[in-house]
Amino acid sequence: MGEASKVSRYLYTVIILFVIWLFLTNSLDPQELTMGFVLSLIIAALTYQVFTKYGLSNLHPKRILYTVAYIPYFLWAMIMANLDVAYRVLHPKRPINPGIVEIKTNLTNDIAKLVLANSITLTPGTMSVDVKGDRLYIHWIDVKDPSLEGASKHIGKPFEKFLRVIFHDDN
Amino acid sequence: MTINEAIGAFLIFTGSLFYVLSSLGLIRMPDVYNRMQTATKSATLASLGVMIGVGIYSPCCFPKALVIALFLLLTNPISAHALIRAAYRSGIPLWEGSIVDKYKEALKEEGEQ
Repeated sequence: MGEASKVSRYLYTVIILFVIWLFLTNSLDPQELTMGFVLSLIIAALTYQVFTKYGLSNLHPKRILYTVAYIPYFLWAMIMANLDVAYRVLHPKRPINPGIVEIKTNLTNDIAKLVLANSITLTPGTMSVDVKGDRLYIHWIDVKDPSLEGASKHIGKPFEKFLRVIFHDDN
Repeated sequence: MTINEAIGAFLIFTGSLFYVLSSLGLIRMPDVYNRMQTATKSATLASLGVMIGVGIYSPCCFPKALVIALFLLLTNPISAHALIRAAYRSGIPLWEGSIVDKYKEALKEEGEQ
């Protein structure tokens, strides 16, 4: 999928900036709204080229639905990660089995890979060290399977099916 | 005490508990990589809990707290990644109990090419 038109990218940036403004000011006063709108227009004009590549198609209902579904899934994984780490910290024998493994991802989009790496960092016992092409290097606190396929299945797969839809990865 | 305040206080308390755990992890873990694991993960969830807790405790600030939590969630793992990568690149060895190091092989291959 190629880049969207300039107008669509510009409008998308304005909408996102304005929504952030609404949340931060937390008021519906007409003065605040006008000021926020004008500022959104100016900042979006300066930044839309780096801010988004796909423009308004990011707001497609299917993508929003997947994003909304991704949030509780991700939060749950994160809470489990913390309980897991807490268990390892508090256990007297300190049951860790660390190592750096390599996983393969099917995502091609840079932003999707960024979110995948971030999600991996925040979930059970795994932390991204580096990304090279389609390979991610992960520090894993409890290595269950050091092979490429096994580690990919354990770490990356659960997130990929969400991220592929959210970030236009149609491969 | 209203129900809002009770839930908010509970979340703030849970957040603080995870802060304690993450600092405990800094002491107990054997090398810099495992320390980063406990420090980043627990601290992110703890900050998230505290921010949302504050938002619920005083509902006027809820949207602001939500945005702050979102930005924390976006930026925290990136700084963690930068730190752990810098640690590896500057030659800090893994703990001797580590069982596998694929990154070293990858870097070696890259050096040969």
